[in-house]
Amino acid sequence: MRVFLTLLTREIKSYFYSPVAYVVLFFFLLLSGFNFYAGVSLLNRGPSDVTVVEAFFNTVIFWFGFVLLFPLITMRTFSEEFKMGTIEGLMTAPVRDIQVVLAKFLGALFFYIILWIPTLAYFWIFEFITKTQAAQAAGAYGGSYLLLLLMGMFYLSIGCFASVLTRNQIIAAVVSFVLITLLFFMGLLSFIVLNVSPFLRDLVGYFSAIEHMGEFSKGIIDSRPVVFYLSMTVLMLTLTYQVFQSRKWKS
Amino acid sequence: MIKVQNLTKRYAGHTAVNDISFEVGKGEIVGFLGPNGAGKSTTMRILSAFMPATSGTVSVAGHDVFSESLQARKHIGYMPENVPLYLDMRVSEFLRYRAQLKGLARRRLKERMDEVIDLCNLGDVRDKIIAALSKGFRQRVGLADAMIHEPDLLILDEPTIGLDPNQIRQVRELIKNLGKHHTILLSTHILPEVEMTCSRVLIINKGRIEASDTPKNLLSHIRSAGSIRVEAKANALEVAAALEKLPGVKDVSAVQDGEWSVLQLRADAQADVRQQIFETVVRNGWALRELAGSRATLEDVFVEITQSDDV
Repeated sequence: MRVFLTLLTREIKSYFYSPVAYVVLFFFLLLSGFNFYAGVSLLNRGPSDVTVVEAFFNTVIFWFGFVLLFPLITMRTFSEEFKMGTIEGLMTAPVRDIQVVLAKFLGALFFYIILWIPTLAYFWIFEFITKTQAAQAAGAYGGSYLLLLLMGMFYLSIGCFASVLTRNQIIAAVVSFVLITLLFFMGLLSFIVLNVSPFLRDLVGYFSAIEHMGEFSKGIIDSRPVVFYLSMTVLMLTLTYQVFQSRKWKS
Repeated sequence: MIKVQNLTKRYAGHTAVNDISFEVGKGEIVGFLGPNGAGKSTTMRILSAFMPATSGTVSVAGHDVFSESLQARKHIGYMPENVPLYLDMRVSEFLRYRAQLKGLARRRLKERMDEVIDLCNLGDVRDKIIAALSKGFRQRVGLADAMIHEPDLLILDEPTIGLDPNQIRQVRELIKNLGKHHTILLSTHILPEVEMTCSRVLIINKGRIEASDTPKNLLSHIRSAGSIRVEAKANALEVAAALEKLPGVKDVSAVQDGEWSVLQLRADAQADVRQQIFETVVRNGWALRELAGSRATLEDVFVEITQSDDV
């Protein structure tokens, strides 16, 4: 456990040692600030049954920034160690492969969570100034941020997987970006192609981040996406672990 | 301490290490010599449990490095080639991280860090960021990292490469001192270093162990031990012809330098032919201004062993 905590601390610290973290933090705040502004001004135009929380989490700006985020966070996790050769020092220390994979994943998740914390302030400020509710119930906050966490876990695990495949960070970023975008647009299939079979529409619905967010930001917590994201995260991490371990069998 | 049996490592297409076996006993300092691409780094990576072998077994301190990898790794301090370090960390921070990772007891941490920093002369840079350090300092940080968890065995891959002569001397002293408490396996290109620090030498070439002995024995077994330089006042070809006839002399090369001829020749290790050379020169009535023998160095052994099958 001590070894694992040591690894995890190093992972978390390494985000904040690199300028990339601050650039990501800065532009993410800029983007989500603009997104919040856009959402509120949309609601200002006329009466609507959409709450501020729903408006914030269901815009193009939100999704655009969201999909871009993951390759940036995860591209360096494994690739950098491979490239710098530090993997040699790491894996000749008495650490288990699984500890390294989990530490890298949880380190990324930690940074991701840090990224979202400031956005809570938007709703607090909104309610403080306008004296109106940003959401209909606490469940809307709970649902939105729970889904953010779940989707984050899944997409970060895809990013870790892409990073373990290569020593080149750019390739890792491109691979994870393409995988995540594909998954994301698969959920939009029913909007793009009109005459899809009902079966396919249902199937694709399970992947649809947009539909999930539409429901969760209303405070409707469906157990199917929860199970879906958790099990997919476990699957991707298992794949990452297998690839990471495979160097031991290369011979 | 190390027991290697029939170790083979094949990459797609070529065999890096071919069926080698050797042992390193407790307290030995063993030098691992070989030309580039001979399989030194591959062997060291397998020994330190970074890579699996294609076949054969390696055990360190009684633990198989593959099946009991974690226990084996606890006994090893490994310094990889080119010393990869986390450039974004400070020296003391890096060492603390590595010590914790390698399971150094918490109460020993501070004391051991001070010891290691002192031993590797890192006092002046302990709070510097590693990216800002010169090659020599990074090398010593790597060395400090290798020994921070008080391992029984140090595996050092080219610990002195890229250092200036003063730093090489420091590192060599350091290794000698470490040898009092640790078993050390080090690879290097610098032959005098091996002669000075190592109690035994393993010469590896093309994935095979060609020699394993003390530096002293290797030197005495070498066939063409040392070279002799002769300068005599006569025609170079004549002198060369006369000296070539002497028993024990071979590889004579002669150059005319004005009136003088300069000859370079090799002789068998067991025979000291200098007296015969002198007598031959005198018998022919030539003037002699230089007759100098240089002793064989480990470099000669190395060249002889690693090039013999190329010719």
